[in-house]
Amino acid sequence: MSDPLIRAEHLVKRFETGGGWLAKPRAMLAVRGVSLSVAKGEVVGVVGESGCGKSTLARLILRLIEPTGGQIRFDGQDLTRLSRGDLRRLRRRMAMVFQDPYSSLDPRFTLADVLGEPFAVQGETPPAGRIEGLLSQVGLSPAMAASYPHQLSGGQRQRVGIARALAQAPEFIVLDEPTASLDVSIQAQIIGLLSDLRRDLGLTYLFISHDLGLVRYFCDRIVVMYLGAVVEVLPRADTRPRHPYTRALMDSNFTPDPARRKTLQALGGEIPSAFDLPKGCAFAARCPRAAARCRSEEPVLAEAEPGHPVACFYPLD
Amino acid sequence: MSALLSVTDLSVRIGKVEPLSAVSFTLNRGEILGLVGESGSGKSLTAMAVTGLLPLMGGRVASGQVVFDGIDLAQLPEPVLRTYRGRRIAFITQNPMTALDPVQRIGEQVDVVARLHLGLDRTAARARTVDILTSLRIPEAGAICDAYPHQLSGGMKQRIVIAMALTGEPDLIVADEPTTALDVTVQAQIIHMLGQLVRERGMGLLLITHDMGVVAQICDRVAVLYAGRLAETRDAAALFAAPLHPYTAALIGCIPRDGMAAGSLTGIPGAVPTVSAYPPGCRFHPRCARATPVCAAQVPTPAALPTGGSLACHNPMGVRDV
Repeated sequence: MSDPLIRAEHLVKRFETGGGWLAKPRAMLAVRGVSLSVAKGEVVGVVGESGCGKSTLARLILRLIEPTGGQIRFDGQDLTRLSRGDLRRLRRRMAMVFQDPYSSLDPRFTLADVLGEPFAVQGETPPAGRIEGLLSQVGLSPAMAASYPHQLSGGQRQRVGIARALAQAPEFIVLDEPTASLDVSIQAQIIGLLSDLRRDLGLTYLFISHDLGLVRYFCDRIVVMYLGAVVEVLPRADTRPRHPYTRALMDSNFTPDPARRKTLQALGGEIPSAFDLPKGCAFAARCPRAAARCRSEEPVLAEAEPGHPVACFYPLD
Repeated sequence: MSALLSVTDLSVRIGKVEPLSAVSFTLNRGEILGLVGESGSGKSLTAMAVTGLLPLMGGRVASGQVVFDGIDLAQLPEPVLRTYRGRRIAFITQNPMTALDPVQRIGEQVDVVARLHLGLDRTAARARTVDILTSLRIPEAGAICDAYPHQLSGGMKQRIVIAMALTGEPDLIVADEPTTALDVTVQAQIIHMLGQLVRERGMGLLLITHDMGVVAQICDRVAVLYAGRLAETRDAAALFAAPLHPYTAALIGCIPRDGMAAGSLTGIPGAVPTVSAYPPGCRFHPRCARATPVCAAQVPTPAALPTGGSLACHNPMGVRDV
């Protein structure tokens, strides 16, 4: 197999807070030793609930924030060792679409300004017709170039966010919950657009989401995170989950079919605080299968079957 | 048996516009009715009308009735309405983060419902609060009463809001997107809990949501709203098995299902029109794949279906299309 386009190894991100006059400084591990790779042309999904570190991981992979430890290789080059100038040049080849299309567009910029910025950052001016071309590529009218974000609906704004990501013709795009703040009907439109763009432009995606149903529909391979660590990697979207947390996520995802109501007992409790990580398996307190070993020892990722790593002492059959 | 809540030809005006027109539905005791549609379809406005909160938005009931247990709420003056709201009709809002007062302890916020509506004294109200929190499986209910909202997780806050709703022993709960702000595993817990409460206590639940997955999971009947008008009202099982209104079918088609082929999730083209730009005829026709010239010219009137429920469409889906 050829080298992956992205290879992250043992990524760690530690955030520190407090340390004020009275407050004690506290540290949390948002990302705890995550390794993952994305092959060229692949769509890899990262799924987990709020606080699992998926957005931090997204930012680490593009080196928008500095990792505390670990490495990120993009097409063989170690992003963590590049100088600012080299990193900026390499950044043409990667882009990000943000979750909230309301706060990710400057309200005082016209769409032409928004889409011109990726060029300005590289010290260029957009070629004639490029702005209009980008708008039509995402299904917006080229005549909207002079509009301001407030004149647009949420779905249209997210299309602008996608057009901005496409501006420098990147190979790799990180999609950080691009549809989480949109109506389901608009979500489906945006997912359709992203599929078309991937097919037409040969893009590679890292798709971050809390919606396992959506990830299973859209992604080739799925990384499941819980409290900063990877608990399972599903090699295909239809792979049966072996980790009890992945199973619980799947059971929490309601199918639009009353004949298939979930009768299983919903998962108890909530995600513990990353400031106060439990000993042993982070999921043990909520896990219906947890035994004594789970509360004292931390399971590491091991292949339950070839190409299907699971971090669990007692995986499901 | 007469319905617990019966909304007939309800129209709401805000200033010069009419964002909600001629909406009718009923809700029985022990029943969960899902009110669905995209943002801007008038779901929350319907909830405000039912709870008498329209003046907060500068709106009023222009015509129609909201009959709750035999009394038309739309005709009641605010002081009388207050004896219903929080007591017999409870409201659960979308965002538990803003529904609670950040500078008041949890216990005091829940106690006030029993003190105000049930006339209990401080001690009795607190005992009741602890009972209700415990029945909602909130661990260490006594300690939680002394906590402030910011010390609790989102799921826990939403449980507190539900506890406040239950304190007045309501007959009807109106829940406006109660789980939209929550994580999926927590959403599953809350939905499960609401379902159980309604069945055990014989309350009626009007559940407002945009998520057809949630509707399929817990609702008995469904009312689909589009741009301020009712598109289709039917039993949940029948509606999901064979949606009749093209909008209902499109909404269901927006949710990915197991084994769905790549590229089959297409969404609904365009967006919900704003209230000042409602198109003539059927308001869905510009986005509808089945639209014909009559759809642009004539408003489809809701017609009763022989199998129960109602439908407002000139070209409904046939069994072949499903």
